[in-house]
Amino acid sequence: MSDEITIEIDGRPLKARKGQMLIEVADAHGIRIPRFCYHPKLSVAANCRMCLVEVEKAPKPLPACATPVADGMKVYTRSPKALAAQKATMEFLLINHPLDCPICDQGGECELQDLAMGYGRDVSRFAERKRVVPDPDLGPLVATDMTRCIHCTRCVRFGEEIAGIKELGATGRGEDMRIGTYVQHALTSELSGNVIDLCPVGALTSKPFRFRARPWELIQHEGIAPHDVVGSNIHLHTLRGRVLRVVPHDNEEINETWLSDRDRFSYEGLYAPDRLERPQLREGAVLQEVEWETALEQAAERLKAVVAAHGPEAVGALASPSATVEELYLLQKLVRALGSGNVDHRLRQGDFGADAAMPLAPGLGMPIPELERVEAALLVGSNIRMDQPLLGLRLRKAGMRGAEIMVLNPVDYDFHFPVARRLIADPPGMVRGLAAVAAALARHSDMAPPPAVAGLVAAAKAGPPEHEAVAESLRRAGSAVVIVGAQAHASPWFGALRLLAGYVAQAAEATLAELPFGANPAGAWLAGAVPHRGPGGRPAEPAGLDARAMLEQPRKAYILLGVEPERDAWNPAAAARALGEAELVIHIAPWLSEAGRRWAHVALPAAAFAETSGTFVNADGRWQAFAGAARPVGEARPAWKILRVLATLLDLAGFDYDDPEQVRAEVREAVAEAGEPAGAVAAVALPEGAGGGLWRVGDVPIYAVDALVRRSGPLQRTVHAVDAALRVAPATAARLGLAAGERVRVRQDGTMAEMEVVIEPRVAEGCALIHAAVPGSEALGPAVGPMEVVRG
Amino acid sequence: MSAAGQGTAAASGRALLDEKVRAEIDDWVRRFPPERKRSAVLSALRIVQHHNGGHLTVPLMDAVADYLGIEPISVYEVATFYSMLETRPVGRHHISVCTNVSCMLRGGEEILRHIERRLGIKVGESTPDGRFYLKREEECLAACCGAPMMQIDHVYYENLTPEKVDEILDRLERGDE
Ligand code: SF4
Ligand code: FES
Ligand code: FES
Repeated sequence: MSDEITIEIDGRPLKARKGQMLIEVADAHGIRIPRFCYHPKLSVAANCRMCLVEVEKAPKPLPACATPVADGMKVYTRSPKALAAQKATMEFLLINHPLDCPICDQGGECELQDLAMGYGRDVSRFAERKRVVPDPDLGPLVATDMTRCIHCTRCVRFGEEIAGIKELGATGRGEDMRIGTYVQHALTSELSGNVIDLCPVGALTSKPFRFRARPWELIQHEGIAPHDVVGSNIHLHTLRGRVLRVVPHDNEEINETWLSDRDRFSYEGLYAPDRLERPQLREGAVLQEVEWETALEQAAERLKAVVAAHGPEAVGALASPSATVEELYLLQKLVRALGSGNVDHRLRQGDFGADAAMPLAPGLGMPIPELERVEAALLVGSNIRMDQPLLGLRLRKAGMRGAEIMVLNPVDYDFHFPVARRLIADPPGMVRGLAAVAAALARHSDMAPPPAVAGLVAAAKAGPPEHEAVAESLRRAGSAVVIVGAQAHASPWFGALRLLAGYVAQAAEATLAELPFGANPAGAWLAGAVPHRGPGGRPAEPAGLDARAMLEQPRKAYILLGVEPERDAWNPAAAARALGEAELVIHIAPWLSEAGRRWAHVALPAAAFAETSGTFVNADGRWQAFAGAARPVGEARPAWKILRVLATLLDLAGFDYDDPEQVRAEVREAVAEAGEPAGAVAAVALPEGAGGGLWRVGDVPIYAVDALVRRSGPLQRTVHAVDAALRVAPATAARLGLAAGERVRVRQDGTMAEMEVVIEPRVAEGCALIHAAVPGSEALGPAVGPMEVVRG
Repeated sequence: MSAAGQGTAAASGRALLDEKVRAEIDDWVRRFPPERKRSAVLSALRIVQHHNGGHLTVPLMDAVADYLGIEPISVYEVATFYSMLETRPVGRHHISVCTNVSCMLRGGEEILRHIERRLGIKVGESTPDGRFYLKREEECLAACCGAPMMQIDHVYYENLTPEKVDEILDRLERGDE
């Protein structure tokens, strides 16, 4: 290759590429040059001067991070001249740095401390006054000690270049320069915690971890983050069996070097006060603590009684999409061995019409890093930035490179990338909009739309110009992706949206990505935790009810695995009714909420995230196994063991596993034999546009998605933790005569709740954004559905 | 909702820039390529400060940020960096006394002390009547051959003595009446 050159560092001849910086070449060959401001993921600032090296023929030492290599260059990183420059830089850096290492949280993992050991003098010659900088309050996640800041600006560049929202800046000049927000406010980025890792000193540290332990006391375990389909690789740091913090574990293919705040700070929810520490059994009206043995025997006995009295179809099982492959597999196996087909993990999904036509498992359809290179993307019901923060970050990179990112959403979400086209519509409008895009593509394609949505596409024939343009952009792009997100899953026409999206992707030769909530939806499909398919996608015998039907057509007995239906169900009102009236609710989870306490008959404490081993399958189909890192709280046991014992007590055969690996191997085997499933789907029709109505749109905020994050105190103190309110656009408010701040009653599907009116221009006309999974909306009905505002 | 809401505050901020100010800013914006609109931030701040009686406020800086489509913090960075931009109310006449090497050797420090005494304020402060503002530590203003020197508003005064300073300040006080 013509741009390959040879340079020499410390006498070693090395190959390099033209345009590389010296420090990159040195790093690639394990030659360590000291640095503070340089970071391989950030732009070059060259402001700390710690990386000065001697370059032959250069009159002065040069910063290795900002010196491009040239053929034949001779570099000395440890020559007397280089060392003198590095030591002098260190002396200047330490002038204003406090000597507070003994009380600094960074102590033991501080880049400045480490380098000062190597390059610092033992006694300071600086006898003047050091500067002192007041500490800004950046909110509940990041603690500040700005006197320690060395002005490397890594944190500033991170906001600007990576997170896409510049909140920190360097104000003032010279000695008065300081890093902060200038106007006091908490950081709002969903990725803000990364500045903690980037800060080379103890200026920015983790607030929840503050003063809890010294880094050298901690034991480091590998793990997989449990909140989204990325499956970020993490390190869990424990002390005496408890998780004290979570930090990223670099993996270029998945999370690079980053972590979302949700994955970083959710562990704080582990030890919440409503942690279920011992098994409990309902005797009459009250739950009482009992021995494991009693609890399990009772659970089995009562379950047998229900089956005997009402038949196996009276049993339903609902599992969290963040349960492990092993847990999900055992749950479906148990339910099916009882003779019931009612098992599902898709509690937030509103429509299951396209089930038969679904592929083996949802996913991104491409390796995660590929998302950075798409040229066009259409988001269908997706707030990717908040729902899948690290995929949002990848897509942002594509956007910054010029990819046309287009959205079809019920809310004009505040994205951190430029949006090329916006189609903002109410729920039926979204289906019509996507049908219009499909119709525009159908004209250029010899592929016909699937029969189930052919009617919708035909009705949309004369597509509006905006939809034509979306179709054109997808078709023209060399590589494009259609992303179906969580807001689409909540639609009562998810089936139509999913089929249309599939067709749009096919006709435009784009990739289809489906990104539901949870850490393991792909694993759930593969393990057979869906009512119509068993492990590996084989047709289920008998087929059962989906999550929504199980609650709308109440069962006599429920097994709940890691879910809180009052928050996690698509229709919490229906869930409360069904569970409240059931003869038996077996609750297997790490916590027991107020509502759970009302309806559980047997509560079995399960080991939480970090306390159990298992496997998640992420968006690009990777099976990521992990081991338990922390001690389960109280008498909690891994859920897979609970299910195994329960099955044995139910006299079901085939449950004698010794370890989760055996379970995983069984699922693997089923998946290996799987073919691409296929099935026919009934035609979808939309209701005639009544007009003048109001649609509830029930987004799930970033820190409300599952039981663990909902219990993380620090995350619940951020701006993203909201209570239910009626958020409407100004035009909708005017039409309905609603004023900001007014309290109104909301009626939906026979339910009622009172809340405040908030004017939010980003919400589609004719819609009211009433968040799901948050306090204040538990009593309401479907996450997406018609609603009314009642006065007085 | 999770991440929305900033839009509304900024929209009302924009109203703080009247038509005249916007026209002046636009004139600068036109000199840069459209995707480099942010380059006009320095001129925009100067214009806004001028029309606001000599200083900037947070709402005004936010309005500039919104107008140029950049984050507010980027505007704060610029506004706090340059010494000709003020982020709090200050006196009408800006006095900068050079205390860099040449001026220091020629008595610049005494000139500064003299002004402090006469106005009854310290460096960085403004007189209570709002007439004078004694700016913080000025660096070399490139008039070393006339050291010691000072700059008041846009005028340089060189080869200063305390008497000469008094004369200048007297004149300014009279001119103000
Ligand atoms: S706070 Fe930390 S990361 Fe930010 S500039 Fe200071 S030292 Fe660098
Ligand atoms: S690392 Fe090169 S100047 Fe900071
Ligand atoms: S040192 Fe005062 S003008 Fe140069």
